[in-house]
Amino acid sequence: MDRLEYDVVVIGAGVSGSAVARELAKKTRRIAVLERESDVCEGTSKANSGIVHAGFDAQPDTLKAKLNVQGAKMMKTLSKELDFSYKQNGSIVVSFEEDGREQLQELYERGRQNGVEGLQILSGDEVRALEPALSDEVKAALYAKTGGIVCPFGLNIALAENAAVNGVDFYLNTEVVKIEREQGGYRILTREREFWAKVVVNAAGVHADTLHNMVSGRRLHITARRGEYCLMDKKTGGLVGSTIFQLPSANGKGILVTPTVHGNLLVGPTAENIGDKEGVNTTADGLARALLVGARSVKELPVRQIITSFAGLRAHEESEDFIIGEAEDAEGFFDVAGMASPGLSAAPAVGVYVANLIQARFPAADRADFIAARKGIPCMAEASREERKRLIAENRTYANVVCRCELVTEGEILNAIHRPLGATTLDGVKRRTRAGMGRCQSGFCAPKVVEILARELHKDIGEITKSGAGSTFLNGYNKETMSASI
Amino acid sequence: MRQDIVIIGGGPAGLAAALAAKEAGAKQILIVERDKELGGILNQCIHNGFGLHTFQEELTGPEYAARYIEKVEREKIPFLPETIVIDIGEGENGEKEVTAMNKERGLFVIYTAAVILAMGCRERPRGALNIPGFRPAGIYSAGTAQRYVNIEGRMPGREIVILGSGDIGLIMARRMTLEGAKVKAVAELMPYSGGLKRNIVQCLDDFGIPLKLSHTVVDIKGKKRVEGVTLAQVDENKKPIAGTEEFIACDTLLLSCGLLPENELSLNLGISLNPATSGPYVNESFETNISGVFACGNVLHVHDLVDYVSEEAAAAGKHAAAYVKEAAGNRPLEPEAEKGTAADGTLKKTISYREETPVVLEAAAGVRYTVPSTLHLSRIEDVQLIRFRVDDVYRDVFLKVYFNDTPVLSQKKRVLAPGEMEQVRFKKEQIAAFPRLEKITLRIEKEAG
Repeated sequence: MDRLEYDVVVIGAGVSGSAVARELAKKTRRIAVLERESDVCEGTSKANSGIVHAGFDAQPDTLKAKLNVQGAKMMKTLSKELDFSYKQNGSIVVSFEEDGREQLQELYERGRQNGVEGLQILSGDEVRALEPALSDEVKAALYAKTGGIVCPFGLNIALAENAAVNGVDFYLNTEVVKIEREQGGYRILTREREFWAKVVVNAAGVHADTLHNMVSGRRLHITARRGEYCLMDKKTGGLVGSTIFQLPSANGKGILVTPTVHGNLLVGPTAENIGDKEGVNTTADGLARALLVGARSVKELPVRQIITSFAGLRAHEESEDFIIGEAEDAEGFFDVAGMASPGLSAAPAVGVYVANLIQARFPAADRADFIAARKGIPCMAEASREERKRLIAENRTYANVVCRCELVTEGEILNAIHRPLGATTLDGVKRRTRAGMGRCQSGFCAPKVVEILARELHKDIGEITKSGAGSTFLNGYNKETMSASI
Repeated sequence: MRQDIVIIGGGPAGLAAALAAKEAGAKQILIVERDKELGGILNQCIHNGFGLHTFQEELTGPEYAARYIEKVEREKIPFLPETIVIDIGEGENGEKEVTAMNKERGLFVIYTAAVILAMGCRERPRGALNIPGFRPAGIYSAGTAQRYVNIEGRMPGREIVILGSGDIGLIMARRMTLEGAKVKAVAELMPYSGGLKRNIVQCLDDFGIPLKLSHTVVDIKGKKRVEGVTLAQVDENKKPIAGTEEFIACDTLLLSCGLLPENELSLNLGISLNPATSGPYVNESFETNISGVFACGNVLHVHDLVDYVSEEAAAAGKHAAAYVKEAAGNRPLEPEAEKGTAADGTLKKTISYREETPVVLEAAAGVRYTVPSTLHLSRIEDVQLIRFRVDDVYRDVFLKVYFNDTPVLSQKKRVLAPGEMEQVRFKKEQIAAFPRLEKITLRIEKEAG
């Protein structure tokens, strides 16, 4: 078994791991990211609300509060630098009770303490003037103009790609099975390879406790908290402009109604602690609940326009705060654990925070050749007529539409496959280009994307997967099994 | 590029519309097709049963398509392959502007007097059904599976459960069985099948495949690839009944849960859609609420038989040609001229029959919709055909037609089902002779009355 040596090994290529890897790459370090799945952004980072929280939720003086507010402030600049979709659309917390004002006031105060700017408490009529689709039941609301929405895949993939461009080695399909302390570092065993690093960053999402407990006696316990969502057709995205939260109550906690950066409408998540850390299945009860609670926020929830539903697992830790820092009894082992909400909002700040912690303990020299900017995949659907003409003039494959619903062309798919950390699966292409994310949910384009993947990766279509090993689309040839039995 | 008629879609509807328009005298006709070849979905429908009405023989899908494609080639009607229309707009001078893209020409605009929408339909995806469970590989629409098996010769799986008993699902139950897969069950949410009776007999009964009516999929198991599905019986409100769950191990779930006309382009253009069909409202000429834009085939309403698509599309093509004649003042538009350079590209704004108040067709009591939905009396054919679907299974009932409030027809029907398109015909004289006709109503009634 060959052994690969690095200064830092980051475990997990979700949004936290990718953000940390990119920040670390700003210094002269040899860095590897190990990811169990076949692509980056395959766990919690791909199935969440896509919200950039303003930062009024978390208790003051927690890491959640601090990093959320910092992360949210960084998001706009980062979205330009790394070319991913972000929009400051504002957040609204609605109260259905007159006496909800007290709770809103509490949130307002907490927000102020956390350093959130521009918070406002509005009456029912004032908030309905802002968002006419809000239910007549809404009596008062907290408006946070700095709340935003982000493409979670876009952010994660951009961070990872930029890290890769700056020399970080990504090892996909690489599941860590064992970590052992060795003199001056850690031996990290995966199924195929052995790694060694001075510093380990544990950003393994819901599995971060398992990894932490391999090297530390101070046990960590992470619970998978499932959240189920329904996503609606782009026709409905204009229902609300802001993200609509409800005041936590006995009936519901945290189910929001929000537009996505791509113009769909998203309703969810439920919150249910489950034993299975791979349990990303939706349930009839969960979906019904998401819709029932979400429906209360608005006059009419367009439930007939659902195009898909999904579930994600938040990494919930009992302390209710992020667990970030060097393990007390494991030198050089840095946890980035318990990254439940607002983990996505905080990610840019988490990257900086963790990189600073590591720099303080394991200093490395600056490098002059760091490339901070990244250009994303051109988007024909959002391009102007002139931009479309220019793209096509440069490359004719931009005139070949593969996904009709989202107007994704062959050119975009080729770009997604051939760029750094390129897509190798149907889901990988989907998250990078939106092919298959529209109202027909890949019914039309999946075979075409599979064909392009096979052609470009020099594989047979039977080898192409939805999301890595075990998820092939085809099973042999016509009559194959019959000729064997005759 | 300037055309008389642009036909969007080169499937059975587009082909028949093109031929009829040509026969009716239209000069510049262009078919825009997103695939490499003409024929549309027929190319993957290798089973027989096509053409019984049109040709009085049983053809396969590709054979049926070939008969039209050969004629289109003989008539030298041009088509643009691998071209996708991304927008249809209304131009300043009454023309329509069709924006399209392909690898050869890039992004370009076609100016045309008339447009025929023939984009067909697509299958309802899992998401629209909101089936809970995991989201692994191995869930296909029946049409996608059909494409893999019939075009690529590849099997999407070996142990199959099918949800929905629409015709494609039934056909695929048989096809998968013939190719060596085991089809374990076909589940149907409704208490009746959405497919043709002949398909239930020939595709399920003949192969011993169980059809589970009033059943649905309530869970999908398998993190990477489907490992099984749970079926449950549903009550009269289509809600699963607790305790009736049954797990069936399988590697593939095929969905055949309905077809949706593909009307994104139509919506952007401002065409009114009938919620019952999700297709445009059309008049006797198959013309939408936008003058000069016609619709036919499955983009208009989902058909069971391609023969009816061809028949309807031919009528649309003929009417589109007549429209061009009137709008362009009986002179052909300048071919291949760029916009603005041909003075006679301007079309007549007022089309005579559009001034007339049409007779409204009303779908009532058990009738879900009619096509057409309005009739201009000056334009109806010698025999006016009205197609419709019912909203439930009816036995021993009467189809009643009223002109205003006067019953004019009572037809005994032994069985009516949503899965079978129905039709009724009226002679032009009968309609024209009725004094002050404003409304024609179709109803399903118990009594002959």
